Amino acid sequence: MLTRRLIPCLDVRDGQVVKGVRFRDHVVVGDIVDLALRYRDEGADELVFYDITASPDGRSVDREWVERVARVIDIPFCVAGGIRDVEVAREVLHAGADKISVNSPALERPGLIDELAAAFGVQCVVVGIDSLRDDDGEWRVRQYTGDPSKTRALARRTLDWVVEVQRRGAGEIVLNCMDTDGVRTGYDIAQLRAVRACCDVPLVASGGAGEPAHFVAAFEEADVDAALAASVFHSGAIAIPDLKRELAARGVKVRP
Amino acid sequence: MSAHDVVLVDAGGTNIGSVRYALQRLGVEASLTRDASRIRAASHVILPGVGAAGPGMARLHEAGLVEVLRTLEQPVLGVCLGMQLLFEHSEEGDTPCLGVIEGRVSRIAPGGQRRVPHMGWNRLVVDRDDPLLHGLGDEAYAYFVHGYAVARGPATLASVDYGAPLSAVVRSRNFTGMQFHPERSATVGARLLGNFLAS
Repeated sequence: MLTRRLIPCLDVRDGQVVKGVRFRDHVVVGDIVDLALRYRDEGADELVFYDITASPDGRSVDREWVERVARVIDIPFCVAGGIRDVEVAREVLHAGADKISVNSPALERPGLIDELAAAFGVQCVVVGIDSLRDDDGEWRVRQYTGDPSKTRALARRTLDWVVEVQRRGAGEIVLNCMDTDGVRTGYDIAQLRAVRACCDVPLVASGGAGEPAHFVAAFEEADVDAALAASVFHSGAIAIPDLKRELAARGVKVRP
Repeated sequence: MSAHDVVLVDAGGTNIGSVRYALQRLGVEASLTRDASRIRAASHVILPGVGAAGPGMARLHEAGLVEVLRTLEQPVLGVCLGMQLLFEHSEEGDTPCLGVIEGRVSRIAPGGQRRVPHMGWNRLVVDRDDPLLHGLGDEAYAYFVHGYAVARGPATLASVDYGAPLSAVVRSRNFTGMQFHPERSATVGARLLGNFLAS
């Protein structure tokens, strides 16, 4: 049986892992390789590195740290942020990333997803979607969420975009539910369920994890394949080995 | 034979760097090559691969490596797409493959909780004892990511349950393959790569 995955997400800036209190005040949390190894040793199933400044600034990912991580890490990892064409994606993959994740650039030019899938296969192509519930009750996509001053609300409905990105060649979807992001009150189960109903590729829940029960709910009630979290892992509030034990005790299949 | 001269066949697969680093972690410096005589002379040949079968085979044809790979007698390991290319045919792009192992590659049929691609950590089930699997415990998980697969068959050494049993580790004579990514399968993957190098 395929197990459910736990994925710590690390924000990277200038080759170091940072934590944003608010967008501007980034504190260096540690060296990227040290933290990657720590999570690997704790039993993380996969890692996501998100270059937080790449997309809003129009910069692309610095490949040097990708290679440093690839040399030491023996679990899969995905690189997100600033990948806007096939050539940059190729460099990131050749540097050793297993997957690349696109978000804002795919909204600028949806054909990017088709190009990436054709060049590398759908298994490499992750599409990240930032989604917020509007006042009319509809979930819609947000762009450039890395910088609040540049974030744009789009007319595009989240569920329509989920269907479209799969048709174009997304091999996995990370749904970041902005209503619950950063508040640690639990994943947005209603939205994840709605997306799950139209998502045939692996689906990763993001935004809202605060305690182990939230992970159980995402897996059991929304049937997601993986759960991503940042602050609860970085702060040590939830230790991955404890979380895995709890998930297993609740009947969720995880890698021991 | 010891792993004194390992080559990675450079056929454009994007995981070639990751496989090379995994070998370095085992203390083995592998050369990247598409040179036929270099490949023939190696002690161990690894065919990595990520992507689609059609372009993968096209690159081997372009490099003039199809006959070279077919006639190798030293230990050969295909990883992921590299494993699939060892079989006779892939449904992906209706592609004739190297045909050094009997069997065909088919698309994984999506359905219910079976999502495609098959992505994540799944448990290896040993079907047949083989030195390649030595030291594998009962709870050995490997990292898979693929949309096409070979059903469990005569060449299967270990399989994985994804609605139906799929080949995870295969062997026919000197040709072996791993459908998952040993370079990204933590200690289980390192053990299996080490077993291959010791063969």
